[in-house]
Amino acid sequence: MGMLEAILLTVATAATPLLLAAIGELVSERSGVLNLGVEGMMIMGAVTGFGVALTTGSPWLGVFAAIAVGALFSLLFAFLTLTLVTNQVATGLALTLLGLGLSGMLGEGFVGRPGVKLTAIDIPVLSDLPLVGKLVFGQDPLFYVSIALTAAVAYFLFYTRAGLTLRSVGDNHGSAHALGIRVILIRYLAVMFGGACAGLAGAYLSLVYTPQWVENMTAGRGWIALALVVFASWRPWRVFAGAYLFGAVTIGQLHAQALGFGIPSQLLSSLPYLATIVVLVLISRNRRLTMVNTPASLGRPFVPDR
Amino acid sequence: MRIELVKRPQHSALFSAVSPFIALGLTVIAGAIMFSLLGKNPVDALYYYFIDPLRETWSLHELAVKAAPLILIGVGLSVCYLSNNWNIGAEGQFIIGAVAGSILPIVFPDFQFWFVLPLMLVMGIAGGAAYGAIPALLKVRFNTNEILSSLMLVYVAQLFLDWLVRGPWRNPEGYNFPETRNFHDYAVLPEIWSASGRAHWGFVFALVVAVAVWFVMARTLKGFEVKVIGQSPRAGRFAGFSHGRMVFFAFMLAGGLAGLAGISEVSGAIGQLRPSISPGYGFTAIIVAFLGRLNPLGIVAAGLVLALSYLGGEAAQISIGVSDKVARAFQGMLLFFVLASDTLIHYRIRITSGRARAAGGRAQAAPAGEVPHGHA
Repeated sequence: MGMLEAILLTVATAATPLLLAAIGELVSERSGVLNLGVEGMMIMGAVTGFGVALTTGSPWLGVFAAIAVGALFSLLFAFLTLTLVTNQVATGLALTLLGLGLSGMLGEGFVGRPGVKLTAIDIPVLSDLPLVGKLVFGQDPLFYVSIALTAAVAYFLFYTRAGLTLRSVGDNHGSAHALGIRVILIRYLAVMFGGACAGLAGAYLSLVYTPQWVENMTAGRGWIALALVVFASWRPWRVFAGAYLFGAVTIGQLHAQALGFGIPSQLLSSLPYLATIVVLVLISRNRRLTMVNTPASLGRPFVPDR
Repeated sequence: MRIELVKRPQHSALFSAVSPFIALGLTVIAGAIMFSLLGKNPVDALYYYFIDPLRETWSLHELAVKAAPLILIGVGLSVCYLSNNWNIGAEGQFIIGAVAGSILPIVFPDFQFWFVLPLMLVMGIAGGAAYGAIPALLKVRFNTNEILSSLMLVYVAQLFLDWLVRGPWRNPEGYNFPETRNFHDYAVLPEIWSASGRAHWGFVFALVVAVAVWFVMARTLKGFEVKVIGQSPRAGRFAGFSHGRMVFFAFMLAGGLAGLAGISEVSGAIGQLRPSISPGYGFTAIIVAFLGRLNPLGIVAAGLVLALSYLGGEAAQISIGVSDKVARAFQGMLLFFVLASDTLIHYRIRITSGRARAAGGRAQAAPAGEVPHGHA
């Protein structure tokens, strides 16, 4: 396996959790709900996935448990913001703080335990193809899930009636409600989809990326996923591109750390965070473009007048 | 069964006052359930967690040590949130304040005069304010989301501190430990009453700042400006208030106070710089700000409550063997309950059976209209 191939493979593993979390958040934001709890849902998914896989020995059970916990955790957020109409920004922060706290408590017994790795799929013959073989046909299963999910969300949002309904709720909840669309119900579902994806992304971290449990192991990836959605102007395939760009930055700085160059490792480690800021600045400096792209009801409270 | 919200004609004064207590009550109940699930006697656990730390003088001092940064940061954040600026990077501003304030005792250790400490405090405030100005600048100049930029800067600040204490600022006589040299006597923030415990002047700063900011917010035009811009930017424009200047004001005030908290913590409680100088004060202060209902005087009380949750975590670990990680979980739950209880201030909650829906389907965008609705 050549150097380039190896690097591309690791870029994919760094990009996949970002892609999974961001695509879920994209659906939630398209329905008009800004859930800043991605980091919290992700870390809960990571601890659940790791714990269930460790106790049952089955990484797949871990994956499904992580999805379920992510969705349940987001239900908490949905109940507060949609039923009790609390402030979405504050509630999202609460979800993140709660997730980081709870996962630290739940995961205490898992620290230092060797994890169970979700093994890569290896399609015979095809995966032996030069260069693209391993990259396209020999990845872990969740890599394929992330690609399929991106395609499915892109199709759903822009080519189905249900997708149109979801976008209408996000763009103008008042009109959608007047048309008889059940705004709150759709938002509940969208938020839970986002939670499930974030849970899956967490499981990817603790079962594929680094099969172990470390407190705060998401290390801001949930926040980067949130930034990716803005960067992608709420379009699925642009999220895909953004996730791989960030995957490349992450892996690039890791390689640079290994090679040394005399650059402080801390500076290199901070590159993904600095890159997030730079990208956000570049994408949002055009106010008009941002206004056109942002779901118009994003973050606004909705109380139906029955 | 469904839950319906009925908007109150006016916000309820009763629930404004009571909602933090409802939230605390719910948190204690949830905590009791959590302790039973962990196989501990909930009454014992809650006693060791919330009462035991209050019984001795030295631990009251520890309470003040932990409450000082929480109150300082929480007061600054309340001004941010009231003006609709979502600064969640106080942890980073705290760190940069601590670093900027530590320049004198670490880089110029022989420079020992009585005015070193005041200079350190000023530099700490300046450092925090400057770091807080970055997301403000990006928001005003480039329309960049301040939530994400301020948070990203936390990670950058943590890595910067880590680099300093492992690299250029490492103590030359420190056996390669990742620590800076100890602060000399003129650089240490003194204890208030050293005969009885460790509480330093940071707690006094916190009280003074809380009262001062309360006065500004409640009695001056600036306070009015903050609230008008926060609740309706449009009305603020008509009144001639500058939105951009308010963004800088809020972020630099919060950053400056976080910086003051940082340098006070380092020079009052730690005495040197280490790779990690905060158990998440900058994030816990978000909870403090909301539990105090964004009122500086309420924040003093809330800061003491959250400081107690840190102490209780340590006490419960020693006495009944539950992990001190429980503290973080408690804090997260508390914010949830606070936000949920605050709904009662603006709405009455009506529980109806599923079929009893009244006719009519007009939509009404909720109160604040174009802004995500504030908690003022």
